[in-house]
Amino acid sequence: MSRASDSAAPSRQSFLPFRRNTATQLVPQARLAGPMPWVLAIMVTLTVIAAAGGLALSNLADGARGELSGGATVQIVEAAPAERNRQAAVSVQLLTRHPSVASLRRVPDEELSRLLEPWLGVGASNEAVPIPALIDVRLRTEATEDELRSIRRLLADQAPAARIDAQSNWLRPVFATIRSLQWLAIALVALLGLTSASAVWLAARSALGTNRNTIEVVHLLGGTDGQIARIFQRSIGIDSTLGGAVGLMLGLGVVLLLGRQFAGLDSGMIASGGLEWRDWLVLAAIPIAGVAIAMLTARLTVLAALRRML
Amino acid sequence: MITAANDVVTFDNVGLRYGTEREVLSDVSFSLHPGSFYFLTGASGAGKTSLLKLLYLAQRPSRGMISMFGADVITLPRNRLPAFRRRLGVVFQDFRLVPHLSAFDNVALPLRVSGVREADLRKSVSDMLEWVGLAHRSDARPATLSGGEQQRVAIARAVIGRPDMLVADEPTGNVDPEMALKLLRLFEALNRLGTTVVVATHDVHLLRKVPDSMIMRLDKGRLSDPTGALRYPPKRPMRAPDAHENGQS
Repeated sequence: MSRASDSAAPSRQSFLPFRRNTATQLVPQARLAGPMPWVLAIMVTLTVIAAAGGLALSNLADGARGELSGGATVQIVEAAPAERNRQAAVSVQLLTRHPSVASLRRVPDEELSRLLEPWLGVGASNEAVPIPALIDVRLRTEATEDELRSIRRLLADQAPAARIDAQSNWLRPVFATIRSLQWLAIALVALLGLTSASAVWLAARSALGTNRNTIEVVHLLGGTDGQIARIFQRSIGIDSTLGGAVGLMLGLGVVLLLGRQFAGLDSGMIASGGLEWRDWLVLAAIPIAGVAIAMLTARLTVLAALRRML
Repeated sequence: MITAANDVVTFDNVGLRYGTEREVLSDVSFSLHPGSFYFLTGASGAGKTSLLKLLYLAQRPSRGMISMFGADVITLPRNRLPAFRRRLGVVFQDFRLVPHLSAFDNVALPLRVSGVREADLRKSVSDMLEWVGLAHRSDARPATLSGGEQQRVAIARAVIGRPDMLVADEPTGNVDPEMALKLLRLFEALNRLGTTVVVATHDVHLLRKVPDSMIMRLDKGRLSDPTGALRYPPKRPMRAPDAHENGQS
């Protein structure tokens, strides 16, 4: 017998893993010709779109909240134009001196008429339909109930027709809807993550069945559960990396396209719903998280199956 | 049962049944001594493969005790069994080669499992393939090899790591007599280096070829001991009866 094998006689205490290439060779690799990378690509695409939607909604809500949080509107609801103008002028004077007020602007009547044109028609006279005078107030801090109360007290004597509201109150239902949509996006991302994990679980079980003979041979040659799990882990890792890369590119393409279309709407509120650079980082991390979930799922599935062997 | 502390394997009243079927092995007790050469014979269905499965730790017995390399492998935790399996070389009856690996990679598999570096295993594997006459087929996949060639790859894979015990199930069933003899010489060479060899066969001609071999015979799941191989201490190194008669070596 050749003595050459002496030099290669393995250490009996050695539990070194397979080298990268030799381990993955043990399971046939279909790569992009197989279904697994494409299933994961679709999952990652949908997750990227859902996550981008959630992040954009979050930015939109933050932007709107930030813009409106210090805003208050003073309406002078008085039918007589002269009295309305007097109370409006007094209110402007008093508010200018108030320490919490950073700036204010009385909305010109022409601008109000223009805003109401869709409802009242062109050239509707102020006498025919009395329109309240509006003062747009920016506070130095958030328009809390205490601040509003203080302004109400200030105007109560000299402008009794004044009604003061925080601008954010008007948009409360909108914020509630945005919050619901954000939760929906989070739920979608979680569901897609679960679906991806289930797909990997099925793929790992199928691969286990297909390669049962190979697994048993490696097992009987002294392969540890960890070594065998690593074979499948790496195989699924390569598939999910390919799928994740394809999915990320598709997802980002869709997000960019939708972003361009929303930008074309030129709406002030929607314009604040863009993605920040950190949001793009989050989106880029989705396939990485997908690969990690896929590899972990594959490992746990294979280890559970191996535990049934001696 | 009397056993020596350095026995490679000891079976004590081992029984094996699959599910609720009758026992395929009953009351099997024996010890395998280091550096000995054993033939396991018996008719088809006598339980040879089941006994070998217990020997290469693919199966736990239904009852009894098995100790291997001084440890009770029945109660040993699962995660410690791979270290024992790495000390064994196994030639499976159906070869069990990995279908999408080349002959070279199949032979290299035990070394890779044990963590031998690629640079260290190349020459050993090539030499071994040359020894079994398959150097020119080292890149061939099992499906393109003949039955005899597959068997030789399986044998090369079993002996490449210089195991402490070699277990072979009908290892010469698919090769011509000349190659069978050559493979048997390989087993003998391994045996001379200290490996305990257990060869299951029902080829009586094979028994004559190894002069110092001992025979275990299975009959309907029960072990008989025609050469006194299983007594401890053996009274003398036993030879296969036909080897004496024919004067063959």
